[in-house]
Order: sequence, then structure tokens, then C-alpha cells
Amino acid sequence: MFDFFKGFGVTFSTMFKKVVTEEYPEDFPPAAPRYHGRHQLNRHPDGLEKCVGCELCAWACPADAIYVEGGDNTEEARYSPGERYGAIYQINYLRCIGCGLCVEACPTRSLTMTNFYELADDNRQDLIYTKEQLMAPLLPGMEQPPHPMRLGDDEQDYYVQGPTLATAASVADQTGEQER
Amino acid sequence: MTLTPEWNVTEETPVPEGHVRLTIDDQLIDAPKGELLIRTCERLGIIVPRFCDHPLLDPAGACRQCLVEVEMGGRPMPKPQASCTMTVADGMVVRTQHTSERADKAQQGVMELLLINHPLDCPICDKGGECPLQNQAMAHGRADSRFVERKRTFPKPLPISSQVLLDRERCVLCQRCTRFSEEIAGDPFIDLLERGANQQVGIAEDQPFQSYFSGNTIQICPVGALTSAAYRFRSRPFDLRSTPGTCEHCSSGCDMRTDSRRGTVLRRLAGNDPEVNEEWLCDKGRFAFRYLGSGGRITRPMVRGTDGELAEVSWTEALRVAAEGLLAARAGAGIGVLPGGRLTVEDAYAYAKFARVVARTNDVDFRSRPHSDEELEFLSAHVAGGAPDGAPGADSVTFEGIENAPAVLTVGTDPEEESGIVFLRLRKAWRKKGLRHFQVAPFTTTGAGKTGATVLHAVPGAEAAVVAEPGADVLAALGQPGAVILVGDRAAESPGLYSAVSGLAARTGAAIGWIPRRAGDRGAVEAGALPTLLPGGIAVTDARARTELERIWGVGAGELPAEPGRDGDAILAAAASGALDALVVGGVDPHDMADPAAALTALRRVGFLVSLEIHSSAVTELADVVLPVAPDAQRSGSYLNWEGRRREFGVALDATGVLPDCRVLDTLGVEMDADLFTQTPAAAAGELARIGTRRPGTGAPTRPAGTAHRPGPGQAVLATSRQLVDDASLAVDEPALAGTARRPYVKVNAATAERLGLVEGEDAAVGTDRGTITLPVALADLPDGVVWLPTCSPGSHVRPTLGAGHGDLVGVTPVGNGRVS
Repeated sequence: MFDFFKGFGVTFSTMFKKVVTEEYPEDFPPAAPRYHGRHQLNRHPDGLEKCVGCELCAWACPADAIYVEGGDNTEEARYSPGERYGAIYQINYLRCIGCGLCVEACPTRSLTMTNFYELADDNRQDLIYTKEQLMAPLLPGMEQPPHPMRLGDDEQDYYVQGPTLATAASVADQTGEQER
Repeated sequence: MTLTPEWNVTEETPVPEGHVRLTIDDQLIDAPKGELLIRTCERLGIIVPRFCDHPLLDPAGACRQCLVEVEMGGRPMPKPQASCTMTVADGMVVRTQHTSERADKAQQGVMELLLINHPLDCPICDKGGECPLQNQAMAHGRADSRFVERKRTFPKPLPISSQVLLDRERCVLCQRCTRFSEEIAGDPFIDLLERGANQQVGIAEDQPFQSYFSGNTIQICPVGALTSAAYRFRSRPFDLRSTPGTCEHCSSGCDMRTDSRRGTVLRRLAGNDPEVNEEWLCDKGRFAFRYLGSGGRITRPMVRGTDGELAEVSWTEALRVAAEGLLAARAGAGIGVLPGGRLTVEDAYAYAKFARVVARTNDVDFRSRPHSDEELEFLSAHVAGGAPDGAPGADSVTFEGIENAPAVLTVGTDPEEESGIVFLRLRKAWRKKGLRHFQVAPFTTTGAGKTGATVLHAVPGAEAAVVAEPGADVLAALGQPGAVILVGDRAAESPGLYSAVSGLAARTGAAIGWIPRRAGDRGAVEAGALPTLLPGGIAVTDARARTELERIWGVGAGELPAEPGRDGDAILAAAASGALDALVVGGVDPHDMADPAAALTALRRVGFLVSLEIHSSAVTELADVVLPVAPDAQRSGSYLNWEGRRREFGVALDATGVLPDCRVLDTLGVEMDADLFTQTPAAAAGELARIGTRRPGTGAPTRPAGTAHRPGPGQAVLATSRQLVDDASLAVDEPALAGTARRPYVKVNAATAERLGLVEGEDAAVGTDRGTITLPVALADLPDGVVWLPTCSPGSHVRPTLGAGHGDLVGVTPVGNGRVS
């Protein structure tokens, strides 16, 4: 008999406690800053792609979620500084386990992870993200490739001056990693 | 690794004759005198790091990576020694990096020096992932670099030919490429330039790196300094699915590896077969594979409708239409079968059996090129039934036989242009073993120069006379044991030449090797795709063997046709005149036949034409039924190379829905109420093995020697032969390869040029009543009154344009445009 009130007592007392439920999807807080969310392919400050199509991310991936094909930059069509760029880039989010080994493997810091985590869909095809979907948005001062190198004569200049160029750009979230 | 008794050496065991005993890493080993230290280490399972060392190249000691500590007679040598240049000696004590800190430190030091100027390009370098430098830097290098200065840089990449790109920053100056070009290929177009810290690999500015074997330098480069233009940035080794295979481009049957990614062949690499191609591959074999995916590929069966247009239909429908047409033709005047020279043994066997069992005829001939009855006699007498490991009397000439021969006479073939690996062996034999090479040819080709050949100049058409009486020197050389005569399929264009070769072999005791240009020719002889030969080397006229074959095939006694059939030209003539009602044509290009116009007329006039093809071609355009068949990458099977050696290969790409010729013919046979039992290549090979192989036992050809035409004023005798890189149908869609083709010229000697009014460098027109070929003139040592043209090169398609062949008279006039090119 007493147990009956004891049980409802728990329910009653909870009504005055702080609510932990989040109003998803109407209102929800961002994930932790280092959350392993959707990937992003970053750009140099002039908009050229950082990806060189080396496939090291695909090699590092324990889930075989990444597919890359390299391509040859030409004088007419330049996508990245240097000789090589990633012509095809796909990440299969049905396979990705969010471990981040690909980000560690990336030699140009082209590949990073955002904290965007809404990766669900009703079909398989749409969960294979292509290069167009993964590329970082064009920030002010950036130009959609293909275009010639604007920040130096060769790729050395891009890498050696990279940090300077990045801090010189007055945009707070330069790489757009906090994009929501 | 299992140690064989040879390596279980103790102090007590006696040292074998011609060997020395030494100690490597505290292990005793006996090594043959003169062996390089690095090889002895390999035999013990001790891998000393190296870059410049290559077992098929002469030692160079260029990279210094293989340093080991050596002690001789109890006294250590003052400095570590390069094990790739030092030969073994008795009582030597060797310590590699495994047991000597000094050797290890020396190796690490060399590695550090090699990496000083090596860029950190691994992510964008094609070699990354399969790079000896990368691997050995990980295994034997230091983790940190002490070099903080600016690295030496060069502009990159430097295209040294249309298919090889050079990145000088990555080069470690091991000289493998320069040594390969100089020693193996004999094309010294690439060499070391400058001195000291500026030393670099380069080419002469006015001369591109033009070699038919340049692709090998890409493969043996131990860093990513030489890369392939066609494979550039396409993939990483871990993406690739590798399938061992056999090259389909010539009759050498080279071992190779096909690397594919997601159903597309990306590159081909030479395999290692010491008995055949060693570790080399010619550029055509390495780079010509995009025909697989080229636009003209046929994937669905097609039938010509009442509107005269080909329309895609189902297999069932296409086979029904084909069977109805062929049955009607069989009941009428008959069916002819032209399989072509690009088939595997299994597919050629299916054609041969289809002709005999289904079409009930001996009118089958694979020779889609100029041919003769004399050639049939020659093939029966000297080629059919031979094998490298054949019974006594059926033993054939091998690559090893060429290498060890005291003298070789080549006739009717220019090995460099038509069978690259034979050329490499001839060159190796000439360089290392003192081979005397004689070549019967109209002029000294570059290949003849690089194999030290003595050229016996012959006017086209009169080669037989030269071969019959080659001179005392040649006779004496060929009289030595082990001497070889290599004869190519171009011999069919010169009357009496096969007989003369046969006679010369009988006279001198030299062995005969027949080197056709196409990969399938040798196998088709064995498979019986000839009017006078049944499978397994059975002569059509051999009643007893024929009865045995009827038993194996399960056909009624006397059902196999007993009369020799028509040869290729006769089949086409009969088709044109209505003496044959239908043709079944495999991979035949009518433009390769002696008279392309007549061949096309025949294909147009014949009542019913069935074509089994990979690509749309001149035959499919005229065919009533087109049945798609599998290219090499999508079929399994085997070729017989010119030696008669079986060269098997498996399916490299997904072959769903793609059928090999043998399967298509089998199903077509079933539609026509006869079973071929060749549903799979394995089944066909099994049945061919049951038939066995034998020498047909027919006599050698004894035809009279031909004579050359006498050119009148403004005329010349035409000599013609193919170039390795030309407009071949299997080399389509390969711009990088085509860029290394030799430039086509009209070749003529100075006296004839003067007589005809030609000027070197200016254009000349070579013509007949059918057409004219205009090319710049180059002078060469041809006999008087002879002009040479490449048979199938850009701007020079001799047979379709001129309707003339080797030995015919052509008109030659200067084109007075004054243009010097």
C-alpha cells in the first residue's frame, strides 16, 4: 500500500527537476568541438583545393569507406597547387565509423571533420557523399576552381606560407569547421 | 624459407668443384666462383638493401646502398664494400647490416645522403606504396633528417617521350634506366648529364627518348623518377587487382601482369619468366590495352534487318538467324571459315572443329595476311607438332636456343619491329655470347644494327635465291651445332623462300624457328585452323589419323571431309564468285589481306556473313549477323608462342555476359544440331589434349625460287613491312604510345633516288593504278630499284591504298613541293 505512493513520489519529484531532454530537431545544441562528424575537404585561402588525391585517407580507412581517384592538373584546368588533385572523392557514410584515422593520414590537412552529425537517409545512394558535397564552402576571397595559383608560383609557396595566409585572413572560422 | 641441403654447409663438407666457401653473417655457404656477393646473400635469405643492382643488368655500384663489411684472409677491409659489385672469394667473411653495426651505420648514412635531395613527394608520386626507396627508407633509414638546407629542385615533370615522364628531383642516380637503354635495348637516348651535385638523368634536346622498350625503365626505376604518362595519378597499388597474364600483341607470348581497378585495366607490367621474356616487355605490350574500352566495342548481338541496318537483338534471336542462314548455305554451295590470327588455341580449335563438324568443310584458314600454298607445306613439315619440350624430332627452337646459338639467320621478319623479345634475346646473345647474326632484308634496319647483324641484301621477290646461296661464311656459321634459322610469316610473300629456308636447314643442319607476327598464329596451326591440317597436327589426307579423330569427336565414320580445303584467298574468291554461300569470320581485318579490295568485294557479295568480333570493323559493317566475343582481358585460355610453348592466362576483368569465341561457336553449333563440346576454354583445351600432337609427316616444300620484277623508268620494286607501333587495330586510343612511333618514310638508296629524281627529306609519291602514298624520302642501303614503305603506319596503309604488296612494282615520283621536313 505504501509502495504505491513511493512509486508515484519519484514521478512527482521529477517534475520539479531540470529537464535533460533536448527539443530535437526544433532546437538542439552543437556537438562537442572535437566531435567526429561529417568530413570536409578544405581549401587554400584562394579557393584551390588542398586535396592532392594521394589516397592516403582511403589507405588508412579501416572500414574501406573512402574512394579517391587522382587527376592531373593542367595549365587550363587547375584545381590544386602542384601536379595532382583529387578528381573523384567519395565517402560512404554507410561504412564510415567516424574514427578519424583518415584525418590523421591526410598529408595536406585537406580532410578534417566537422561536427555535423545528421547523417541519416532513406536510401543508400544518397549516403555516398561526393566531392561536391564534401568540399568546404567558398569563403570571402575564395574562388571556385579551376583557376591558376593566386598565392604563389608553385605549391611550395602554398605550404610554406600556409599558416601566415590562414591567420592573415580575417574570417574567424577560416576553415568552416564549426559549420552547422 | 626452407633450407636446401646446399646451404647446410659445415666445415667438413667438401667444397664443390668451381665453388668457393665463405661466411656470411656467421653462416658458411658455398658459392659458384664469380657470383656477386649480393646474390649469395639472397640465396641465404639475407636481403641487403639496394637500388642500382638488377640481376639482368651489368653491375654498376652506383647507389652504394648495399655496403657490407668484408674480411679477407683475416684482415678486415678498411671500408665497407658494395656487395653488388664484389664477387665472392674463398675464405671471405662478410657481415651485413644484421651482424655488423658498421655496415648498418654505413647503409643508414648512404640512405640519408640519398634522401637529402629527394623531395617529400610520396603522396603525389605514382610509385608511392610500391617504392623500393620508400620501403628501404622505412627499413634501413634514420627516422630524422639532419638536412635543413634547401633541397635541389628541377622543373617537373619533364616528358622525355610521349609516354615516359622524368622527375629529376626524385632520381637517386642508380643508372638502371641508362644501363637498360644501353645494354638491353640498345637505344642510348637517355644518359647521365653534368657532374657532381648537378648530375642528372637527361636526354639530348633534339632527340626524344625513342625506344620500343622505354616502358621497362619505368618499371625498373627504384624511385618514382620515371613514371608513365598513361598511368599518371590513376591509382595506388592497394587499389589494384593484379592478374597474371600473357601478352596478346605478338607471338613471343610474354608473361605479364594486368592491373585493373573497378573493371578498368589501368596498366600492364612485365612478368618474370626467365625462359621467355625475362623481365622485359615491349611498349606495345605494356601500353596498348585501351582497345578493351574503346568506343567501337560491341556488347550485344546484332542482326541485319530488312531495312539493311544492324539492330541489337537477343542472343537467342541472333543465334537462330545465324543458324538458319548457315544451314541454308551448307545445303547450298557451302560455308567458309576465316578465324583470324588473334585467337587463343582453344578458340582456334573451336573454329577448326566448327568447320569440320558443323560446316562439314576443310575451307578454314586462320591466315589473315598474305599467304601461300608453299607456307602450308612449310607449316606441316617444320612447325606443326613442335614444342620446346617435344619428343626427339619434334623439339622446337626456343629463346634459350637463340641465346646460346653460335649463329642465327633471320629472314622474313625484323625482330625489333615484329617480335621485340626475340630482338632482345638476339641482342643479349650478340653482346654476351658472341652470336653471329645474319639478316636477309632489303636494308639494314635499326634492329639489325643493334644485334650486330650482317645484312644479306635481297630484292623483294628474290629472297629465295639469297637464302639458297648465302655464301660460304653464312653456310659455315650455320653449320655449327645449335645454329638457328628464324623465319617470319612475311616469307609467304616471296615465292620459293620457305622452300629455300627448308633447303638451307637441311643443308647446314640448322634448326628452324617460325616467328609469325600475330599471337594466335602458332596456336592456330596446332588447333588445325588450316585447310590441310586437322587439330593436333593431323594431315587432312591422313586417313588413319582422321578415323581416330572421328572417334574422339564422336562423329560417324567418314563424315569428316577428306579433301584439303581452300586457303584464305581461295575462300574469299569462292565467296565472291558464289562457290561458297556463307562465311564465318572471326577477328579478320580485310585490309591485312594480300588484296583488301578483293576481300571486301567477297565479304560484300557473299550470301550470308556471320562475324564474331570485339569491335565494329570493316567485316561487321557488311555482316548479316554480328556476335560479340570476349577480348583477352575477359576470357581465359592460352596462346602458343612461336616456340610452341603454352602460355596460359586467366580472366582479368569481370566477364559477366561476355562470351569467348569457343562458347559462341559451341552454342551456334547446337543451334545447327551438332555439339562441339567447347562450352568453356578448359573443355576445348581438354579435348585438344586428348587428340594429342604429332608431326604431320608431310614433305618439306620444294618450290622454285622466285625472281624479282625489273623496274621500268619511274618504277621501283616495293618492299614493305610492319612497324611495332603503327595503326594496328589493337593499339587504338593510345595517344601516348602512338607518340613514340617511328616516323614513316619512303626509304630508297642514293642511286635509285637520283634515278627517280627523289631528294632526301622531300616528299615522294609511291603509287599504283589504285592509289598513292606520299611520304618524305629517307636514304637507306636498299638494293638498286627498291623502295620501302611501312605497311600500316599513319599515312602509309600500303595494302588498302596501293593494292600492292612486297615485291610488286610501283611507280615512284618526286612531289615537287620543295618542302624539306
